[in-house]
Amino acid sequence: MSQHSGDWWYDEAAGPMVRPYAMVSGRTRPKPAGEDLTLTTQVRALRTNSEQGTLSVEHLEIIKLCRKPLSVAEVAAYLHAPLVVVKVLLSDLIQRGDVITRDPSRTAVPVDMNLLQKVLDGVRAI
Amino acid sequence: MVSVQSEQVREDLSVPSSVKIVIAGGFGVGKTTMVGAVSEITPLRTEELLTEAGEEIDDLAGVEGKNTTTVALDFGRITISSELVLYLFGTPGQDRFWFMWDELAVGSIGAVVLVDTRRLEAGFGAIDFFERRRIPFIVAVNCFEGSHSYTAQEMRVALDVSDNVPLVLCDARDRESCKKVLVSVIEHAMNRLDVMA
Repeated sequence: MSQHSGDWWYDEAAGPMVRPYAMVSGRTRPKPAGEDLTLTTQVRALRTNSEQGTLSVEHLEIIKLCRKPLSVAEVAAYLHAPLVVVKVLLSDLIQRGDVITRDPSRTAVPVDMNLLQKVLDGVRAI
Repeated sequence: MVSVQSEQVREDLSVPSSVKIVIAGGFGVGKTTMVGAVSEITPLRTEELLTEAGEEIDDLAGVEGKNTTTVALDFGRITISSELVLYLFGTPGQDRFWFMWDELAVGSIGAVVLVDTRRLEAGFGAIDFFERRRIPFIVAVNCFEGSHSYTAQEMRVALDVSDNVPLVLCDARDRESCKKVLVSVIEHAMNRLDVMA
């Protein structure tokens, strides 16, 4: 994982702060489109024809990663960037319509017997 | 959040839902080892940047003057189906990151408090945390080679956990053993749900 192509963001000497926050122009709050993102929210890139010229390298990297659904935490780990930074970047992409999340009304999965049974069966099967 | 717009794509657009189980316990007790034993991916690490006061940074102005620190979360993944993914999150081991536990605990289906017999007391805080929040949890005793063997009942007394909290012995390095731990916590969550219904 640590050899992932996102590594150039991390500078041992400068620490993990300066460059990641430069990536998001110092923003630490996601746009409203991304304010419900949690660690495990699943995000997925759409194949849109939107103008990508205005996107940063990091945005494009996220789109590439999210061709298959991934959680916010996974995106952050693969990019080697702090969670808050990734949430900001994702909020940009969600607002543009390049990335979707699970509909917020369905994000909070009700923990019921049916769900637990599925998880139980899934764990037994590994 | 932007919902799916039909014109955008003609491909399969399903986005799975996710659930999580928290693996808690003291520093060095084997949480990441346990996550790694059952995860389909090598455990990943994600970091959050915090001020020393333990708050998320919400303004970069003056941040250079504050003591900042990162809190690392290790996690793994088990894909249940194309519609459901289970994440296993290890809690940060250091006590000063307690507040992070809340974000981890919210929406979790259950928790495992991993303890090791050489330092049982390291599990007290975690047990207390999940008891107070009424999150279904079990205690898993990581039996390291060479560690003293106690009976489950002795352990239960020493940890002061009630009889309705399952206590299992495990080896955090062993996949089958860790699977059993997960099965225990899920079954416990089902029992709890049954009792409440």
